[in-house]
Amino acid sequence: MRYELIIVGGGPAGLSAAAHAGELGLSYLLLEASDALANTIQRYQKGKHVMAEPQVVPLRSDLEFSPGSREAVLAAWQQGIDARKVNIRYGAEVTALSGHRPNMELTLADGETLHAEAVVLSIGLQGNPRKLGVSGEERSFVQYTLDDPDEYRGETIVVVGAGDAAIENAIALARNNSVIIVNRRDEFARAKEGNLNQITRAIDDGTIACFYNTHVASVEPGSAIRLNTETGETHVECDRIIARLGAIPPRRFVESCGIEFPSDDPTTLPELTHHYESNVPGLYVIGALGGYPLIKQAMNQGFEVVEFLRGNDILPADHGVLESKFESLPFGTDVDETLDLIRERVPLFANINGLVLRELVLASELLTPVAGDIVFRKNDYTNSFMSILDGEVEIENDNGPPIQLGAGQFFGEMSLLSGRRRSATVRAGDACVILESPRRDIVKLMNSYEQVRRIIDQHFIVRTLRGGLAPDAPLEDLERIATRSELRKYTANDVLFEQGDTADGLHLIRNGSVSVSRRIGGRDIVTSYVAAGNYVGEMGLVGQAQRSATVRATVATESVFLSAAVFDEMLANDARLRERMQDTVKVRLAENLRMEAAPESGDLISFLMQQGLGEATDVLLIDETLCVACDNCEKACAETHGGTSRLDRAAGPSYAQVHVPTSCRHCEDPHCMTDCPPDAIRRAPNGEVYIEDSCIGCGNCESNCPYGVIQMAGAKEPAPNLLGWLLTGKGAAPGDRQPVDASGSQKKAVKCDMCKDLGGGPACVRACPTGAALRMAPADFVNLTKRVS
Amino acid sequence: MHESLLAFRRRFYLWVALLLVVGSVVAYWYHDPQEPPNGGTLLGYTLGTVGALLIAWLALFGVRKRSYASTLGTVQGWLSAHIYLGLALIVVVLLHAGFQFGWNVHTLAFVLMMLVILSGVFGVVVYLRYPVRMSRNRGGAPRSDLIDELEDIDRRSLRVAGSLGADFHEFVASGVQRTQLGATLWDRFRGRDSSQILLRQGGETVMAANPGQDAALDWLAEQQSISGDAETVGAISELSALIRNKRKLLRQLGADLKMQATLELWLYVHVPLTAALLAALLVHIVTVFLYW
Ligand SMILES: Cc1cc2nc3c(=O)[nH]c(=O)nc-3n(C[C@H](O)[C@H](O)[C@H](O)COP(=O)(O)OP(=O)(O)OC[C@H]3O[C@@H](n4cnc5c(N)ncnc54)[C@H](O)[C@@H]3O)c2cc1C
Ligand code: HEM
Ligand code: HEM
Ligand code: SF4
Ligand code: SF4
Repeated sequence: MRYELIIVGGGPAGLSAAAHAGELGLSYLLLEASDALANTIQRYQKGKHVMAEPQVVPLRSDLEFSPGSREAVLAAWQQGIDARKVNIRYGAEVTALSGHRPNMELTLADGETLHAEAVVLSIGLQGNPRKLGVSGEERSFVQYTLDDPDEYRGETIVVVGAGDAAIENAIALARNNSVIIVNRRDEFARAKEGNLNQITRAIDDGTIACFYNTHVASVEPGSAIRLNTETGETHVECDRIIARLGAIPPRRFVESCGIEFPSDDPTTLPELTHHYESNVPGLYVIGALGGYPLIKQAMNQGFEVVEFLRGNDILPADHGVLESKFESLPFGTDVDETLDLIRERVPLFANINGLVLRELVLASELLTPVAGDIVFRKNDYTNSFMSILDGEVEIENDNGPPIQLGAGQFFGEMSLLSGRRRSATVRAGDACVILESPRRDIVKLMNSYEQVRRIIDQHFIVRTLRGGLAPDAPLEDLERIATRSELRKYTANDVLFEQGDTADGLHLIRNGSVSVSRRIGGRDIVTSYVAAGNYVGEMGLVGQAQRSATVRATVATESVFLSAAVFDEMLANDARLRERMQDTVKVRLAENLRMEAAPESGDLISFLMQQGLGEATDVLLIDETLCVACDNCEKACAETHGGTSRLDRAAGPSYAQVHVPTSCRHCEDPHCMTDCPPDAIRRAPNGEVYIEDSCIGCGNCESNCPYGVIQMAGAKEPAPNLLGWLLTGKGAAPGDRQPVDASGSQKKAVKCDMCKDLGGGPACVRACPTGAALRMAPADFVNLTKRVS
Repeated sequence: MHESLLAFRRRFYLWVALLLVVGSVVAYWYHDPQEPPNGGTLLGYTLGTVGALLIAWLALFGVRKRSYASTLGTVQGWLSAHIYLGLALIVVVLLHAGFQFGWNVHTLAFVLMMLVILSGVFGVVVYLRYPVRMSRNRGGAPRSDLIDELEDIDRRSLRVAGSLGADFHEFVASGVQRTQLGATLWDRFRGRDSSQILLRQGGETVMAANPGQDAALDWLAEQQSISGDAETVGAISELSALIRNKRKLLRQLGADLKMQATLELWLYVHVPLTAALLAALLVHIVTVFLYW
């Protein structure tokens, strides 16, 4: 038979779509790969509190959803689909999909084919676990997930994989079982530092056996695995095989259905119409796969997509939100007209997809400042992106008259790209309307649309040149230079250029930072640290033709490269440029001499850079000559933040009595922000990276922060009255409050917010009795080096 | 990199304290009461009141230290003031009492006060000296690294011991299990290594004290001397080397714990004596008014 609609993927989006299809009387079928509904939610931690963000958007679904435990949410859905007799088939993984409306064909893993007039894809983003890819991969003793390692005892278990999941499983299983880990390479390069240490130790002392450089050849009947090792094949008897090889992102499958993506970047989303239809007629995409990473949004889209299929052009659930956003604008309140107007006014948005633009505006604020109001101040740490819809703004300029920008132009890209402070103060002009978009959404846009990236990059270069190297050059010249410049990307420890190389150009550090070192007496001595917004390589160009030092990226870094030819042209056109350059060179030479005279200072700087402080904006350091290890800093942090300390004083390395504790360093380009479904991680004007209440506790940021400073924590018991505690000792001591909810199901992400909501600055620093704790920006690291030398 | 407690704000509170001391001395010098100087003269009452207020304020430091959201100065600033003004108190109170002491509650209060101050001086000395020593002793690594390393040595020793047979394994395992450094704050302060080990001596198993892993090393040396084959001797000497490493680590860790305990323990003198001082002071003040 041919269904009117087949829905692929029984997560919140698919379930809601199926329920509504039933309600409207369509002939439909819901296919779910796993054995139960909503596999992604099934895999949350037991008892996890599921949150219903965004709160401003109403729920629109035939199924229920309100905040509550994972179990309660799943039970409500189960009951809903039972009551409605939703037509769902479990264990039905779709492996191929072809055709278009009204002839679509789906192939299931078992080879069965199904037919439908239209298909809704709601398979989420979790992907499917990568299989062993050898014969026997589906045998009963092979598994691709591990819920509870304590379930197994006294078994011989082969763990395949070298990532964090494999290592964590192997170590947990080794407590009660004999574990063999199989690694394709000769080291565990992908693992986090802590896991790496644990697994190498376990292998060294024999608690876990390891096969390096080994591939799985096959899984044999009767519980055995055949391995291809360096020295030949071996056969290992085992009770169980656990393969943790990561997930296959659904992108390849989605593309095989004919759906196009605007760019190759893995974060880009498929292009959809405002009815969620892809470029393949009859194929719809909703939920996390379509770029809506929250349950409520997914469910709403499930409902809406069925309405659209039916030809009902209903208004999306968040229509009202947009309408009220537009209320204060002088453009009238019709949502679609206003969206069109925004597209018309801002050339940057000219070619982006309607749905994407809608999402962007939804995530943005509309500002209508009074003339003379400050939009942002120089040295603020905000990183939003501003597009002018109407009126104009004035950018203050240290080197001359203010710069005017009018409707259709944008600003704010400098901080967005570099992660550094705002480079100028911007004031509103008359009747000014500004669309302020969060960094995350603009970055997504840049990843998806090449021309958006190009335009923003060009502006960045022109404005950087104008702000530093060539303040007086005419705009046309700068634009020409910008088109001839080159964007270069480096990962940590990459070399931009080496001492002795011929000087072929100048690097403007766009984000990240670099260290400069010189080889003296057979040893590399770090002579300086150069932050984003500055340039390196000028010495070779102005003076000698050879690089006098080696420049290395301390963290992931991007630079704008101006070749020697371009630079010479600039020198020829601007008499004062050479002078300015020579001044810089003089300062740098003096600094070099100072640092070379005291190689220990360079060692301290490179130690700090190894701790990743090259991307810090503000870091907590502890002077070990003063610290008495009383942990009052931790207690202060805990007591001013609901009982959980966000810093671990004792952890972390030290060098020359400078200790880098485990604590947020408020990165210029915070890794924690990369994958937060409700976009709850924000940066405040003073640079604090903080987490808003809308956090849903998914734990992505915890694993994305390379410095291990985010914890998932629940509420703690209230603090006792201080005087009462001092006199009677009743209640928990400061810093020692116990969690209210022992199951830990209500955890949210917590991290340092630099006490931005308390007056007086960070509590840790203020509570240190000996003055050992201090916060500092990397630019001030030089002050530290004075004491070593 | 940062100012120490004493250097805080260019020793601002040192100057405040000196001013207080000089002021009191000058007043004492010029004050000419009918009776010999004592707490009952006008100046005596004044200085007594200043002293009592100072003590109350010094004791409040315990509250300020835990008022984590307070923006009233920083704890470091308070402590710097606490130290200098606490020392100035000696002069203020001596002048208040007109150097008159007897066997009475007034003098008891004074003695308690001096003990609190002396313990405070001890505290400041260790606060200023130990941090650098601790950091050097640990070689820049956090304490947890030392403990990890210790566990690592234990695991490796167990493996080597396993290759030497059940006896050796049992011996090493008992030593690992009974390694104990500073179980209580007091033990840590005394740097006591209360490790033990089970030794097999003439067919019997005895529990022996094993501070610094000495007993273990002795036993191993003995085993090595009576063992004939080269392989066993090799393994035993490997084991000894591991345990000598462990001894070194235990010393390092012991020194770290000892210094840490010293940094904490003196407060167990300073604070209870403060409580006693406050009580005695209250009695002193009440009695002088009763007998007035
Ligand atoms: C740990 C964690 C906590 C979270 N907490 C919250 C929260 O509190 N609140 C919130 O709003 N959001 C939360 N999220 C986000 C939320 O889970 C997702 O936004 C939501 O699940 C997306 O729904 P979906 O239906 O699009 O996709 P999914 O829920 O991922 O559903 C996809 C379904 O498709 C099935 N499938 C996949 N491939 C195939 C195939 N080829 N054939 C057939 N079926 C297939 C899968 O088995 C799965 O059941 C959390 C996410 C994580 C990881
Ligand atoms: C409100 C504060 C105080 C008042 C009103 C006060 C009052 C007095 C008086 C009236 C005397 C004289 C008693 C006599 O001669 O018999 C005295 C003596 C003395 N006071 Fe105080 N005093 C105060 C605070 C203090 C403090 C803070 C200390 C120190 C801890 C202190 C220690 C002494 C001593 C040691 C003597 C001498 C006792 C003696 O003569 O044997 N007093 N005080
Ligand atoms: C009579 C005088 C004094 C009184 C009543 C007093 C009282 C106190 C109190 C109540 C505390 C808080 C302890 C805690 O809660 O942890 C404290 C801490 C301290 N005091 Fe005193 N003190 C006095 C004098 C001094 C002097 C003279 C010195 C130094 C010379 C000193 C040095 C210290 C130090 C170093 C601390 C520890 C700070 C910390 O680690 O937080 N005190 N004192
Ligand atoms: S939480 Fe981690 S990634 Fe985020 S700003 Fe802090 S240190 Fe950087
Ligand atoms: S846990 Fe982290 S990533 Fe997930 S919602 Fe909360 S803040 Fe965002």
